[in-house]
Amino acid sequence: MAALDIVFAMPVPGSSGVIQLTVLYFAHLRDQRGLDSEIVSTTAADAQSLYRELAARHGLSLPEKSLIVAINEVMVRWDAPVHAGDTVVFLPPVSGG
Amino acid sequence: MDDFALTNQSIDVVAWRRRLDHPQAGGLAIFEGVVRNHHQGRAVRHLDYQGYAPLAVRTGSEILATAHGRWPLLVALGCHRIGHLDIGEAAVWIGVASAHRAEAFAACAWIMDEVKARVPVWKRETYADGSVAWAQGSVVRLDPPG
Repeated sequence: MAALDIVFAMPVPGSSGVIQLTVLYFAHLRDQRGLDSEIVSTTAADAQSLYRELAARHGLSLPEKSLIVAINEVMVRWDAPVHAGDTVVFLPPVSGG
Repeated sequence: MDDFALTNQSIDVVAWRRRLDHPQAGGLAIFEGVVRNHHQGRAVRHLDYQGYAPLAVRTGSEILATAHGRWPLLVALGCHRIGHLDIGEAAVWIGVASAHRAEAFAACAWIMDEVKARVPVWKRETYADGSVAWAQGSVVRLDPPG
Protein backbone atom coordinates (compact mmCIF):
# COMPACT_ATOMS: atom_id res chain seq x y z
CA MET A 1 0.00 0.00 0.00
CA ALA A 2 3.04 2.27 0.02
CA ALA A 3 2.32 3.32 -3.56
CA LEU A 4 -1.16 4.50 -2.63
CA ASP A 5 0.21 6.56 0.23
CA ILE A 6 2.35 8.39 -2.27
CA VAL A 7 -0.67 9.09 -4.47
CA PHE A 8 -2.68 10.57 -1.64
CA ALA A 9 0.27 12.67 -0.51
CA MET A 10 0.04 14.44 -3.89
CA PRO A 11 -0.53 16.91 -5.31
CA VAL A 12 1.73 19.50 -3.79
CA PRO A 13 -0.05 22.89 -3.86
CA GLY A 14 1.35 25.06 -6.60
CA SER A 15 2.79 22.16 -8.58
CA SER A 16 1.48 23.60 -11.86
CA GLY A 17 -1.45 21.25 -12.37
CA VAL A 18 0.48 17.99 -12.35
CA ILE A 19 -1.50 15.23 -10.66
CA GLN A 20 -0.79 11.60 -9.96
CA LEU A 21 -3.38 8.92 -10.53
CA THR A 22 -3.51 5.17 -11.02
CA VAL A 23 -4.23 3.61 -14.40
CA LEU A 24 -5.20 -0.07 -14.68
CA TYR A 25 -4.78 -1.97 -17.95
CA PHE A 26 -6.71 -4.98 -19.22
CA ALA A 27 -6.64 -7.22 -22.30
CA HIS A 28 -5.21 -5.57 -25.45
CA LEU A 29 -4.10 -2.48 -23.53
CA ARG A 30 -2.32 -4.58 -20.89
CA ASP A 31 -0.42 -6.35 -23.65
CA GLN A 32 0.49 -3.08 -25.37
CA ARG A 33 1.55 -1.30 -22.18
CA GLY A 34 3.24 -4.36 -20.72
CA LEU A 35 1.85 -3.53 -17.26
CA ASP A 36 -1.22 -4.35 -15.18
CA SER A 37 -1.20 -0.91 -13.57
CA GLU A 38 0.93 2.16 -13.05
CA ILE A 39 0.93 5.49 -11.27
CA VAL A 40 0.87 8.24 -13.86
CA SER A 41 1.91 11.88 -13.49
CA THR A 42 -0.16 13.97 -15.85
CA THR A 43 -1.49 17.42 -16.58
CA ALA A 44 -4.57 15.94 -18.26
CA ALA A 45 -7.80 17.45 -17.01
CA ASP A 46 -10.17 14.80 -18.34
CA ALA A 47 -10.25 11.15 -19.34
CA GLN A 48 -9.91 11.84 -23.05
CA SER A 49 -6.78 13.96 -22.63
CA LEU A 50 -5.32 11.30 -20.36
CA TYR A 51 -5.94 8.53 -22.90
CA ARG A 52 -4.45 10.55 -25.74
CA GLU A 53 -1.39 11.28 -23.64
CA LEU A 54 -0.91 7.62 -22.70
CA ALA A 55 -1.64 6.41 -26.24
CA ALA A 56 1.02 8.73 -27.63
CA ARG A 57 3.53 7.86 -24.90
CA HIS A 58 3.10 4.08 -25.10
CA GLY A 59 1.76 3.38 -28.58
CA LEU A 60 -1.70 2.25 -27.44
CA SER A 61 -3.59 1.45 -30.62
CA LEU A 62 -7.22 1.04 -29.59
CA PRO A 63 -9.34 3.95 -30.86
CA GLU A 64 -11.37 5.91 -28.33
CA LYS A 65 -14.62 4.81 -29.95
CA SER A 66 -13.86 1.19 -29.03
CA LEU A 67 -13.21 2.01 -25.36
CA ILE A 68 -15.25 3.11 -22.40
CA VAL A 69 -13.76 4.88 -19.41
CA ALA A 70 -14.21 3.99 -15.77
CA ILE A 71 -13.09 6.36 -13.03
CA ASN A 72 -13.09 4.98 -9.49
CA GLU A 73 -15.10 1.96 -10.64
CA VAL A 74 -17.87 3.95 -12.35
CA MET A 75 -18.31 4.14 -16.13
CA VAL A 76 -18.19 7.77 -17.24
CA ARG A 77 -18.12 9.94 -20.34
CA TRP A 78 -14.83 10.85 -22.08
CA ASP A 79 -15.11 14.44 -20.85
CA ALA A 80 -15.26 13.37 -17.20
CA PRO A 81 -12.60 15.20 -15.14
CA VAL A 82 -9.71 13.29 -13.58
CA HIS A 83 -8.36 14.13 -10.14
CA ALA A 84 -5.32 13.26 -8.06
CA GLY A 85 -5.67 9.81 -6.56
CA ASP A 86 -8.28 8.59 -9.07
CA THR A 87 -8.18 5.07 -10.47
CA VAL A 88 -8.77 5.26 -14.22
CA VAL A 89 -9.43 2.29 -16.52
CA PHE A 90 -9.90 2.32 -20.28
CA LEU A 91 -12.06 -0.73 -20.96
CA PRO A 92 -11.55 -2.50 -24.30
CA PRO A 93 -14.53 -4.22 -25.96
CA VAL A 94 -15.75 -6.83 -23.47
CA SER A 95 -15.97 -10.52 -24.33
CA GLY A 96 -17.38 -12.41 -21.39
CA GLY A 97 -19.44 -15.54 -21.70
CA MET B 1 -22.32 -13.91 -0.61
CA ASP B 2 -22.86 -11.59 -3.57
CA ASP B 3 -25.59 -12.34 -6.10
CA PHE B 4 -23.05 -11.74 -8.86
CA ALA B 5 -19.48 -12.91 -8.45
CA LEU B 6 -16.20 -13.11 -10.32
CA THR B 7 -14.03 -16.09 -9.40
CA ASN B 8 -10.66 -17.51 -10.35
CA GLN B 9 -11.75 -20.95 -9.09
CA SER B 10 -13.95 -23.52 -10.84
CA ILE B 11 -17.57 -22.37 -10.69
CA ASP B 12 -19.32 -24.55 -8.11
CA VAL B 13 -22.51 -25.07 -10.11
CA VAL B 14 -24.03 -27.29 -7.40
CA ALA B 15 -23.61 -24.60 -4.76
CA TRP B 16 -24.99 -21.89 -7.06
CA ARG B 17 -27.96 -24.10 -7.98
CA ARG B 18 -28.70 -24.61 -4.28
CA ARG B 19 -28.98 -20.84 -3.85
CA LEU B 20 -31.94 -20.82 -6.29
CA ASP B 21 -34.08 -22.85 -3.87
CA HIS B 22 -37.25 -20.93 -3.02
CA PRO B 23 -40.59 -22.27 -1.75
CA GLN B 24 -42.58 -20.12 -4.20
CA ALA B 25 -40.50 -21.17 -7.22
CA GLY B 26 -42.17 -23.22 -9.94
CA GLY B 27 -39.36 -22.95 -12.46
CA LEU B 28 -35.62 -22.56 -12.51
CA ALA B 29 -33.76 -21.49 -15.66
CA ILE B 30 -30.01 -22.00 -15.64
CA PHE B 31 -27.51 -21.13 -18.33
CA GLU B 32 -24.00 -22.52 -18.12
CA GLY B 33 -21.53 -21.25 -20.68
CA VAL B 34 -18.68 -23.68 -21.26
CA VAL B 35 -15.40 -23.53 -23.15
CA ARG B 36 -15.67 -25.08 -26.62
CA ASN B 37 -12.80 -26.42 -28.68
CA HIS B 38 -13.34 -24.28 -31.76
CA HIS B 39 -14.01 -20.67 -32.76
CA GLN B 40 -14.78 -19.52 -36.30
CA GLY B 41 -13.28 -22.64 -37.78
CA ARG B 42 -10.10 -22.61 -35.69
CA ALA B 43 -9.23 -25.27 -33.13
CA VAL B 44 -9.05 -23.74 -29.64
CA ARG B 45 -6.72 -25.25 -27.05
CA HIS B 46 -7.74 -23.19 -24.00
CA LEU B 47 -8.95 -19.76 -22.87
CA ASP B 48 -7.67 -17.13 -20.46
CA TYR B 49 -10.05 -14.55 -19.04
CA GLN B 50 -9.20 -11.26 -17.38
CA GLY B 51 -11.74 -9.22 -15.43
CA TYR B 52 -11.93 -5.87 -13.68
CA ALA B 53 -13.34 -7.37 -10.51
CA PRO B 54 -14.97 -4.46 -8.64
CA LEU B 55 -16.67 -3.08 -11.75
CA ALA B 56 -17.63 -6.55 -12.99
CA VAL B 57 -19.38 -7.32 -9.71
CA ARG B 58 -21.09 -3.95 -9.67
CA THR B 59 -22.21 -4.18 -13.29
CA GLY B 60 -23.40 -7.76 -12.92
CA SER B 61 -25.34 -6.83 -9.79
CA GLU B 62 -26.97 -3.92 -11.64
CA ILE B 63 -28.02 -6.28 -14.44
CA LEU B 64 -29.60 -8.65 -11.92
CA ALA B 65 -31.40 -5.75 -10.21
CA THR B 66 -32.74 -4.55 -13.56
CA ALA B 67 -33.98 -8.07 -14.33
CA HIS B 68 -35.81 -8.11 -11.00
CA GLY B 69 -37.56 -4.91 -12.10
CA ARG B 70 -38.60 -6.34 -15.47
CA TRP B 71 -39.84 -9.79 -14.44
CA PRO B 72 -41.41 -11.17 -11.25
CA LEU B 73 -38.32 -13.11 -10.19
CA LEU B 74 -37.75 -14.82 -6.87
CA VAL B 75 -33.99 -15.25 -7.23
CA ALA B 76 -31.46 -14.15 -9.87
CA LEU B 77 -27.76 -15.02 -9.62
CA GLY B 78 -24.67 -14.98 -11.79
CA CYS B 79 -21.00 -15.90 -11.72
CA HIS B 80 -18.16 -15.42 -14.22
CA ARG B 81 -14.87 -17.26 -14.14
CA ILE B 82 -11.52 -15.62 -14.82
CA GLY B 83 -8.06 -17.08 -15.31
CA HIS B 84 -7.06 -20.17 -17.30
CA LEU B 85 -9.91 -22.40 -18.55
CA ASP B 86 -9.62 -25.70 -20.36
CA ILE B 87 -12.13 -27.12 -22.85
CA GLY B 88 -15.40 -28.04 -21.16
CA GLU B 89 -14.98 -25.86 -18.08
CA ALA B 90 -17.76 -23.47 -17.08
CA ALA B 91 -16.91 -19.86 -17.93
CA VAL B 92 -20.20 -18.31 -16.84
CA TRP B 93 -23.27 -19.40 -14.87
CA ILE B 94 -26.63 -17.60 -14.75
CA GLY B 95 -29.56 -18.88 -12.69
CA VAL B 96 -33.08 -17.54 -12.23
CA ALA B 97 -36.00 -18.79 -10.11
CA SER B 98 -39.61 -17.66 -10.64
CA ALA B 99 -43.14 -18.89 -10.08
CA HIS B 100 -43.62 -19.79 -13.76
CA ARG B 101 -41.27 -20.83 -16.54
CA ALA B 102 -41.85 -18.05 -19.07
CA GLU B 103 -40.25 -15.31 -16.99
CA ALA B 104 -37.44 -17.61 -15.89
CA PHE B 105 -36.49 -18.40 -19.50
CA ALA B 106 -36.82 -14.77 -20.60
CA ALA B 107 -34.90 -13.28 -17.70
CA CYS B 108 -32.09 -15.84 -17.88
CA ALA B 109 -31.53 -15.16 -21.58
CA TRP B 110 -31.69 -11.39 -21.10
CA ILE B 111 -29.25 -11.44 -18.18
CA MET B 112 -26.76 -13.49 -20.19
CA ASP B 113 -27.00 -11.10 -23.15
CA GLU B 114 -26.38 -8.14 -20.83
CA VAL B 115 -23.44 -9.86 -19.14
CA LYS B 116 -21.81 -10.39 -22.52
CA ALA B 117 -22.48 -6.79 -23.53
CA ARG B 118 -21.50 -4.94 -20.37
CA VAL B 119 -19.53 -6.84 -17.72
CA PRO B 120 -15.81 -5.97 -17.97
CA VAL B 121 -14.38 -9.41 -18.68
CA TRP B 122 -12.05 -10.26 -21.57
CA LYS B 123 -11.43 -13.59 -23.28
CA ARG B 124 -8.16 -14.56 -24.88
CA GLU B 125 -8.15 -17.63 -27.09
CA THR B 126 -5.12 -19.87 -27.50
CA TYR B 127 -5.34 -21.88 -30.69
CA ALA B 128 -4.00 -25.33 -31.52
CA ASP B 129 -1.00 -23.80 -33.29
CA GLY B 130 -0.07 -21.84 -30.14
CA SER B 131 -1.09 -18.43 -31.43
CA VAL B 132 -3.30 -16.22 -29.24
CA ALA B 133 -5.94 -13.56 -29.87
CA TRP B 134 -8.36 -11.49 -27.80
CA ALA B 135 -11.97 -12.20 -28.73
CA GLN B 136 -13.50 -9.42 -30.79
CA GLY B 137 -15.93 -8.37 -28.05
CA SER B 138 -18.56 -5.67 -27.69
CA VAL B 139 -17.95 -1.97 -27.13
CA VAL B 140 -19.63 -1.18 -23.82
CA ARG B 141 -22.43 1.35 -24.04
CA LEU B 142 -22.55 3.92 -21.25
CA ASP B 143 -26.29 4.09 -20.72
CA PRO B 144 -27.92 0.69 -20.34
CA PRO B 145 -31.62 0.35 -21.06
CA GLY B 146 -33.87 0.61 -18.00
